[in-house]
Amino acid sequence: MSAERIKERMSGNEAVAEAIRQVNPDVMPAFPITPSTEIPQMVANFISNGKIDTEFIPVESEHSAMSAAIGAEAAGARTMTATSSAGLALMWEELLLAASNRLPIVLTLVNRTLSGPININCDHSDGMGARDTGWIQIYAENNQEAYDNYIQAYPIAEDPRVHLPVMICQDGFITSHAVENIDLLPDDAVRQFVGDYRPEEYLLNPGKPVSVGPYSISAYAMEAKKNQEDAMERARDVILETAARFQNLSGRKYGFFEQYKTKDAEIIFLLMGSAAGTAKQAVDELREKGKKAGVLKLRVFRPFPEKEIAEALRNAKGVAILDRCESYNGCGGPLGSEVTAALFRHKVQIEAVNYIYGLAGRDFTVTHVKELYEEMHLVCTGEKKAVQHQYVGLRKEN
Amino acid sequence: MKNTIEIRWHGRGGQGAKTAALLLADAAFQTGQQVQGFPEYGPERMGAPITAYNRISKEQIRVHSNIYEPDYVVVVDETLLYSVDVTAGLKREGAIIINTAKSKKEVMKYLHGYKGEVITIDARAISEEMLGKNFPNIPMLGAVAAVTGVMEREDFFREMEKSFRHKFAKKPEVIEGNQKALYAAYEAVAYSREMSLSA
Repeated sequence: MSAERIKERMSGNEAVAEAIRQVNPDVMPAFPITPSTEIPQMVANFISNGKIDTEFIPVESEHSAMSAAIGAEAAGARTMTATSSAGLALMWEELLLAASNRLPIVLTLVNRTLSGPININCDHSDGMGARDTGWIQIYAENNQEAYDNYIQAYPIAEDPRVHLPVMICQDGFITSHAVENIDLLPDDAVRQFVGDYRPEEYLLNPGKPVSVGPYSISAYAMEAKKNQEDAMERARDVILETAARFQNLSGRKYGFFEQYKTKDAEIIFLLMGSAAGTAKQAVDELREKGKKAGVLKLRVFRPFPEKEIAEALRNAKGVAILDRCESYNGCGGPLGSEVTAALFRHKVQIEAVNYIYGLAGRDFTVTHVKELYEEMHLVCTGEKKAVQHQYVGLRKEN
Repeated sequence: MKNTIEIRWHGRGGQGAKTAALLLADAAFQTGQQVQGFPEYGPERMGAPITAYNRISKEQIRVHSNIYEPDYVVVVDETLLYSVDVTAGLKREGAIIINTAKSKKEVMKYLHGYKGEVITIDARAISEEMLGKNFPNIPMLGAVAAVTGVMEREDFFREMEKSFRHKFAKKPEVIEGNQKALYAAYEAVAYSREMSLSA
């Protein structure tokens, strides 16, 4: 049965705060950082006004925020936090502990660049920096997706097949501070969808004592790590099952990624986050001129749906892989590396060019996408040599 | 994007250009439209130039970039005319709305030969008369509604009053003044445009 749609308008931060209010998690330790500060601020207001009974823990740093989240979740409480940029970087050690102790914490990340130069605007370097910490990562195009992804995070994280923390990511300022239309779900529908949290094992259970985070000798530690990787692989099914259940409730369809006009597309733009909407607009304008372009908007970055991506690209002539992050590895961004590896493994032989865009809030426009189409077209017809690892939208030299 | 109105606001930090853009999005949403209202953040501080944007459409808005070819430009602080190219990309068939006590002729020399409609309004005088303080953003919002026609006159005033009641729930004494400032600016702009059309 699909639920009633409540028409609203709000920013991405407001949308996530609204979802938090509806879920009413047990514990939220948080330390403020731009551009995610509004989220703990709004949650604190909900608590003060008696709307929810979440235990808010004001901590002295993000390192402590994640430490407190680990303690609370291990004790058996449904726990979440919010952060951005340097805040996530300061959590790094704890991020790995949360994942390896199999604690289904939900973190709402408002993506912001990492220093330096110091800058408050969006890119994905914070989330990408945490890509190998063992967290599931889901990215949003707009406020609607940030809201929907947050609600889906709990059934994914807490599923006994998974038991992993989930990071729900949205673009700092671009969506976090932009007011747009949104369809909300009724409170009871959200609470029913998320359900009660009943962990199988937890510290505050005197009937079944457990240890969390003990030393493991080399004779056993490697198996623990393999188990963690197996859980990440099992998360694929759970993510899709949760999306199907969410579609029944909301009417909105989600998967590992969204394919926009890719069916007969010769050139596909592969990217994540708010820029995907801009790319869709460009694709519509290119299509009006008979140019066969499409967008593959990656939603789930961890686990990485490499097989599905390779298949989705198989019939295209070329793919422009757009990274809102620099790896400083001398040859491309994280998406560039992982997508090209997926193509190779699945023997998909098409042109693939890795472009870096939107670092530290550099604007990315419909015009940029159209220019990339023209270049990719020349690469695919053999009129131009593919130059890897290019930058989009750099200042022109004087 | 067809059927989409794009507006770029120029102001200085603390003058409420961002608030005005969000209020406009709010009112347009209430009349069933698709909206976007967002600020561009630089080194945010009191007095620094800031930009805010609106997209208002009948269709879903997917673009998430700044606006480079606006239909309308709103200048909340006239001193920006001397330092910012406010007419950059502004469409010929659009308009620029400037908060100034100066004549059109005087401000024209800062508009880089812009050929479209130029509207001046003394938002400071209106705000000081109606609110007793200089909050130019609300009269400018009234002027924008009159010029762009993004919603019917009655719908606009009704929804704005609701927004004011919500926004100033703890300061109800300022609701009437804001509504009056909005109304005065709307009527002044609507009247002067009518006069120039009939002239």
